[in-house]
Amino acid sequence: MNGPHDLGGQMGFGAIALEKDEPYFHAEWEKRALGLTLSCGAFGAWNIDESRHARESIPPASYLSASYYEIWTRALEVLLERHGFTSAEEIASGHRQFDGAAPKRVLKADMVSGVLAKGGPCDRPLDQPARFAVGDRVKTRNFNPTTHTRLPRYARAKVGVIEAVQGSFVFPDDNAHGKGENPQWVYTVVFDGGEIWGEGADPSLTVSIDAWESYLEPV
Amino acid sequence: MPKDIGTLAEDSLLHDDHEHDDHHDHDHHHDHHHDNHYSDMQARVKALETVLTEKGLIDPAAIDVIVDTYQTKVGPRNGARVVAKAWSDPDFAEWLKRDATAAIASLGYTGRQGEHMRAVFNTDETHNLVVCTLCSCYPWSVLGLPPTWYKAPAYRSRAVIDPRGVLSEFGVSLPEEQKIRVWDSTAELRYLVIPQRPEGTEGFSEEQLADLVSRDAMIGAGLAAAPGAAA
Repeated sequence: MNGPHDLGGQMGFGAIALEKDEPYFHAEWEKRALGLTLSCGAFGAWNIDESRHARESIPPASYLSASYYEIWTRALEVLLERHGFTSAEEIASGHRQFDGAAPKRVLKADMVSGVLAKGGPCDRPLDQPARFAVGDRVKTRNFNPTTHTRLPRYARAKVGVIEAVQGSFVFPDDNAHGKGENPQWVYTVVFDGGEIWGEGADPSLTVSIDAWESYLEPV
Repeated sequence: MPKDIGTLAEDSLLHDDHEHDDHHDHDHHHDHHHDNHYSDMQARVKALETVLTEKGLIDPAAIDVIVDTYQTKVGPRNGARVVAKAWSDPDFAEWLKRDATAAIASLGYTGRQGEHMRAVFNTDETHNLVVCTLCSCYPWSVLGLPPTWYKAPAYRSRAVIDPRGVLSEFGVSLPEEQKIRVWDSTAELRYLVIPQRPEGTEGFSEEQLADLVSRDAMIGAGLAAAPGAAA
């Protein structure tokens, strides 16, 4: 979707807000928000792509004025309600009101190091060979889906070159919406700055994205 | 004016020594910018944690372990050790180019948001800069949690269109002839920039070299520090 998250090339956000010796957390609640997001992810009820889509579906004015931990928290509330774990009324009241859905697992303290060390690899074996090879020229698709995608707006309908074939990975555009993992080949595609930004582009700039095969057409 | 929690906390810091400070009333007239946002979020997250705990869905002690992991165990020192080894050991550097996930795992750095690693090497010809324009993708296993600026709209919007302008705000000025390559982390690959080894570091141990490698240098928003300067 063309949501507020798709920020590449937008203007008006000002200077980078640098902080010397920035702390990992700026408030206690940010620590809890991190831990809650990871703990609830362990339920096994949704995947990272559905999480990302919940975040980018936050209304633009809210998204752009929120800190990232606030974005995570707002999206987490949506996911918990969508999957039957909690209700908005419960969270407003601050107390349990009903028996909700049962998670596949509850993350206990003694499980944390194992779960974090394992991570969540999303490469998947694929029988069909990669359609493109290193050096091929490709054009990215021009589309505007209302659903989740990882092809940023600035890189749509642009001609680039395949720089690397990175392997086959879960396809987020489907996986975010419960349509299965449907893995595809992923490629690093590099574009000249001028192809992306046109007149006035920095001539020394190249930009790459990592693109799933169905985002690409041969040139 | 009612004080929110943030204001009270700041006041207590400002006035730690107030018994000895005749002028402390001064600060009470400041217009604090601790927005309601933050106190609202404090309450909102507390409510969420309470509900989830009452339902048996989370273990608050697990949250403590997660926070402790990323505050004390998994951070940019991991990445700095990878860089220092790449500078010291050409075979390791080759391995890192060929299979960064395995090479990094050999140093014990694995796991969440580091499952599929790629290392990109700065050269005299090309400087690399990493961004995630769509969210906040970042190589946690080697750099820990991302800084706030990395996740904020200014960096995410500008890095791909005006990287030299962005770098200048970090105090980095590249030679005009050096190309800039921006890596937008749009898939599940996570990028670690291997900065150029500073001159005057011949004979340095890996630990000494790692001291020269800042988090920002491994994002590409900085350079490795010269010996004698703090990383």
